[in-house]
Amino acid sequence: MTKRWLATFWLIAIMLPWQAQALIIEITGGTESALPIAIVPFGSEGFSAPEDISAVIQNDLSRSGRFAPLPLSDLISSPHEKSEINFKDWRLLRSEGLLVGKISSADGETYQVQFQLFDVYKGQQLVGKRYQVPASGLRRLAHQIADQVYQALTGEIGVFSTRLAFVSVINQADGNKRYTLQVSDSDGANPRTVLQSKQPILSPNWAPDGERLAYVSFENGKAEVFIQEMRSGRRNSVAAFKGLNSAPSWSPDGKKLALTLSKAGNPEIYILELASGKLSRVTHNSQAIDTEAVWMPNGRELLFTSDRGGRPQIYKVSVDGGRAKRVTFEGRYNASPDISIDGRTLTMVHGLNGHFYIAVQDLETGAVLVLTELGRDESPSFAPNGRMILYATEKKGHGELAAVSVDGRIHQRLGESGRDVREPAWSPIRK
Amino acid sequence: MKALKLTAVLLTLTWLSGCNTFGGTKTSEGEAVNGEVAVEDRDVNTSGIDGDNASGSDIGAEAQVIVGDDQYQGDDVLNDPNSPLSNRVVYFEYDSSTVREQDLSTLEAHAAYLGENSNVTIRLVGHTDERGSREYNLALGERRALAIRQTLMLQGASVKQFQVTSFGEERAEVEGHDDAAWQQNRRVELNYVGR
Repeated sequence: MTKRWLATFWLIAIMLPWQAQALIIEITGGTESALPIAIVPFGSEGFSAPEDISAVIQNDLSRSGRFAPLPLSDLISSPHEKSEINFKDWRLLRSEGLLVGKISSADGETYQVQFQLFDVYKGQQLVGKRYQVPASGLRRLAHQIADQVYQALTGEIGVFSTRLAFVSVINQADGNKRYTLQVSDSDGANPRTVLQSKQPILSPNWAPDGERLAYVSFENGKAEVFIQEMRSGRRNSVAAFKGLNSAPSWSPDGKKLALTLSKAGNPEIYILELASGKLSRVTHNSQAIDTEAVWMPNGRELLFTSDRGGRPQIYKVSVDGGRAKRVTFEGRYNASPDISIDGRTLTMVHGLNGHFYIAVQDLETGAVLVLTELGRDESPSFAPNGRMILYATEKKGHGELAAVSVDGRIHQRLGESGRDVREPAWSPIRK
Repeated sequence: MKALKLTAVLLTLTWLSGCNTFGGTKTSEGEAVNGEVAVEDRDVNTSGIDGDNASGSDIGAEAQVIVGDDQYQGDDVLNDPNSPLSNRVVYFEYDSSTVREQDLSTLEAHAAYLGENSNVTIRLVGHTDERGSREYNLALGERRALAIRQTLMLQGASVKQFQVTSFGEERAEVEGHDDAAWQQNRRVELNYVGR
């Protein structure tokens, strides 16, 4: 068993009055293989910046579990650009990466930000850029800088500037519930309510462009599928047939939606062509529940949940229909599939002795790894770089969100006080 | 079907940012940050769906009696607490949609009532406990409701008398995370429409 050290780290996000309550992220398990990195607080030339950029970057990198930023007290000096760095001194700290930068503003409205990341041993700049943004763009910029640092040092794509969608439920004083669909930054900060309803909202799913969400809403008294544009708020009902209309999943090209419809009397998988409204049926098993389709990255196959074998298991089928092939064999209950961007790793809800865990399965070898421990876990959603899995869990009777790395070593909790949060969906990387 | 009125509350959070880079190559970073809007759907009127309004007992003296209308005849039977028809919920085992033996007499009574009152419509609302996948549970709730419909149809009700809906695990009868709560939540509600 690998020895884990527990880093307890809190990020209190900024809350504006009109905003929903921010999620609080806590790293509940880390790994000792985290890479040390020196992040010097950005210079701000005697004024107080509206956003502490280097702190946001430090939180991002630390939260990923891949980096261990050095404590401020260990930093030997406070350089803000290359000419102020004495690499010989910095080499003593055993940190390969050194991030410096500064922020300035002439008018208090537009901000100039620059950063440089150095390889301390070679004394070379790995990446460096300058930006000009309004105050409201500073936080997003900090996430983008963190993405570049992450990519420069790990060779993998950073996902700090992506977003999360999730459903939040408030129990009101009159005993009724209020459901909201929310979108936050990847660190849980900056949550925005994009839909409010007195009826349940389920299964948000991002379009590949990151600009639209498909979801299930019960606002008309039964499950129907809607698509909503994030910028304009414009929404339309795309499936309101008799019976269930549920489990939307965008095709990789963004032109189609896989859906579960029971209009023919039984839940079956369909594909809806969005431009034409043309509907094609994929599964034909009138005895079984077929639902929760997700697209393989190749756009030619779907994974879905079916109990055609007696219990829910995950199957694969061609988008043209035909025979479905069973994919999961370990355990009596496997549902809610999601697939990594490279198409190699399946994540799912894995039932074991009446408990439900998040697990991954290598699609080539079939090897299954159970990642979580609480046993009340559901709705796994891959990060767009395939490193982390976001999921819903329950603690002390409250729904909350958590994330775990695909190897099970890094655990994060995204708590939100006083509410039930559930149904998370990690956005794609925005162009 | 009631039409839903949507009020779009446009909180246009204009959140644009410049894209200037100075002294370097132009990058796509720092460009327009999202400006999302909130959309609120107004209170959706669900009366008649939950069955809260199904009871006619408080109509009292103001009820307009229409002689010769079968439905009012029916109301008396429906509202008799000693009638098996007053039992409007049936329960299920975990991950099962098999009708339990102890519910058969209740269902027989409902089937007989529906058979005798062919203009009466009933709404079957399926529910599950909270365990496992929400989407699978949505389908399981529908399957339970369909199992009840099948039982009632085998005993004389006709298919056009039914509305079938599932809320999956979204509308727990009992809030709780133990066997006792789960047992109460695995259910199908039988709601007579408009009664």
